[in-house]
Amino acid sequence: MDWAALLLSLQLAAATALLLLPVAVGLGHALAWRKFRGKSALEAVVALPLVLPPTVLGYYLLVTFAPTSALGQLYQQLFGTTLAFSFQGLLVASLIANLPFAVQPVQRGFEAIAPEVREAAWLCGMSRLRALWKIELPLAWPGLLTAAVLTFAHTLGEFGVVLMVGGNIPGETRTVAIAIYDRAQALDERAAGVMAATLLVLSFAAISLVYWLDRVRRRHG
Amino acid sequence: MAEAAQSAVPGAAQSAVPGGAQSAVPGAAQSAVPGGAQSAVPGAAQSAVPGPAQPAVPGPALSVELEQGAPIPLAARFDCGEGELLALVGPSGSGKTTILRAIAGLIRPQSGSVRANGAAWFDARTFLPPQARRVGLVFQHYALFPHLSASGNVQAALPPTLPRATRVSIARELIEFVHLGGLEDRLPRELSGGQQQRVALARALARDPQVLLLDEPFSAVDQVTRRRLQRELAQMRRRLKIPIVLVTHDLEEAASLADRMVVLHHGRTLQSGAPFDVLARPATVDIARLVDYRNLFTGRIAAHEPECTRLAWLDCLLEVPPAPAYAPGSEVSWGILPAHCILHRRDRPSRGEHENPVRGVIGEFVPFGENAAVTLHVDGRQDVELHFSVPTHVAARNGLEAGVEAVVSLLKQGIHLMPLAEGHHPVPVAGGHQPAPVAEGHQPAPVARVDPAARAR
Repeated sequence: MDWAALLLSLQLAAATALLLLPVAVGLGHALAWRKFRGKSALEAVVALPLVLPPTVLGYYLLVTFAPTSALGQLYQQLFGTTLAFSFQGLLVASLIANLPFAVQPVQRGFEAIAPEVREAAWLCGMSRLRALWKIELPLAWPGLLTAAVLTFAHTLGEFGVVLMVGGNIPGETRTVAIAIYDRAQALDERAAGVMAATLLVLSFAAISLVYWLDRVRRRHG
Repeated sequence: MAEAAQSAVPGAAQSAVPGGAQSAVPGAAQSAVPGGAQSAVPGAAQSAVPGPAQPAVPGPALSVELEQGAPIPLAARFDCGEGELLALVGPSGSGKTTILRAIAGLIRPQSGSVRANGAAWFDARTFLPPQARRVGLVFQHYALFPHLSASGNVQAALPPTLPRATRVSIARELIEFVHLGGLEDRLPRELSGGQQQRVALARALARDPQVLLLDEPFSAVDQVTRRRLQRELAQMRRRLKIPIVLVTHDLEEAASLADRMVVLHHGRTLQSGAPFDVLARPATVDIARLVDYRNLFTGRIAAHEPECTRLAWLDCLLEVPPAPAYAPGSEVSWGILPAHCILHRRDRPSRGEHENPVRGVIGEFVPFGENAAVTLHVDGRQDVELHFSVPTHVAARNGLEAGVEAVVSLLKQGIHLMPLAEGHHPVPVAGGHQPAPVAEGHQPAPVARVDPAARAR
């Protein structure tokens, strides 16, 4: 069992979920309620990681992060390290790869609120922000929690993007999923088996939680 | 505890009190009302002290003027006075709800204005968002906050700057005002439809509204609850010194609750007036159809006389109230309410027998509770149906049933003339009479029909 890899995976998953939630609330809210030009295009971009092979996403991110690229150079000037093959690079990649898993449940959560309920909040004198805080978020919370759990679980299991962008640096970019691959390649069946079973249990628990939350949401609605 | 908190923040608490009537006389009014119980009641009538919220402003408490071509066409104009209950009626899709939403600031019409107590909520330069308009709206399906208790829902409409204890006590008073005392902690889903409606009303009043808007507030409850809520509104509104606009498609509801009724069609205000006037005297045939005026016919002005105007219709020459505005010989639409159609009884003659008797054959005879709905094919013509109703026992005594001949008097005062409906294919005056000569010839006889049977009676 590669404990360092497991810890790294958990850190990456937690950081991704935490950082992505506010983004998901903003995007999900806009997609649920606002009418604007290019809404379909934005929805498509958000959903793209669902259908894109992780290697394709990883490849483009790698190119973008490369020390020769504008972003790579800017990052190197600011922090003195490269974005590619670093935990930070992995985190950015993970944030992008997980957009649909975070945004879509939040968007559904907001969409489940009757429009009149929001309007009633405004007519109560609540500002839009206050209505969001007092009325919409409390009603959309199962969606938010679903987003967090799905993002967490999906990050634990992400392989292709991590391999492309992060490589396999112990303690820096080697996640459990990579470690399993690494051990299996080395014919270390026992270590690979233990880690695979760990991920299986974690993923199953997370998905069970998502379905349970969905039932809670429907009971509320 | 609640009172203590309230007196601790007199100014703040007062401003949250709907109607704000007491705020002019803080100490006095508060002490006059034991426990400050009524202080949360909007514009409470018991406040003999004139409300400070309404300085001497010119114009009505609410004036609305909306113009729009799309997406929903609007051409609406009406006023609503302080304490007045105005009903907006019209079929589904006539723009009733759209108008309410425009008053509330939930939509911005293309042009027009909305003024409350003289202040512009919306005009060419102004558009206040809903948060900045003191307006209470009871949604058709209430739109309560499902995660908040009844009290929480009401408190949501109180300024968050108020201390919690004050909000709780004001919410309790309002919940008692709508007869839900004791149910403060129930969640909306634990309340019946009628109770939810009252919470929605309490929440709307908690906003201390200058205007109260009710969007089909009784449509989502059962009949018994509806009657009770309607009665309650009728009582409650006497204590609300604000304009109340009620949207409904139920004419009876509008007639029984409203001081004034505005008929809407395709977003256009067609007629406004006291409900009885609008229902009995629609200005046009279109309005008549909207208010379910079923006896609509076309006739021709035969002549004007000092006491009456004579109207040629089919083979009859009807005596109608003087209507000098219509030129002799011109075609007009006319109608009569079922209540003004009096059946000639066989058992005993009744008043008005000489007034405009018309003969026909009963088409439909439908006993309907205490009364029977009857249609009469006048002159036996299948295309001319006169609707009226008679008490079922009278119908039985007179042997009234489908296929039987009957005579009905059309009361002169009940006959209402309207301009000829546009695009109407006139029913020719039977027998090809030239109306004027016929009128002359029959002048002395109140019985206009040239019908041996009628004469024989």
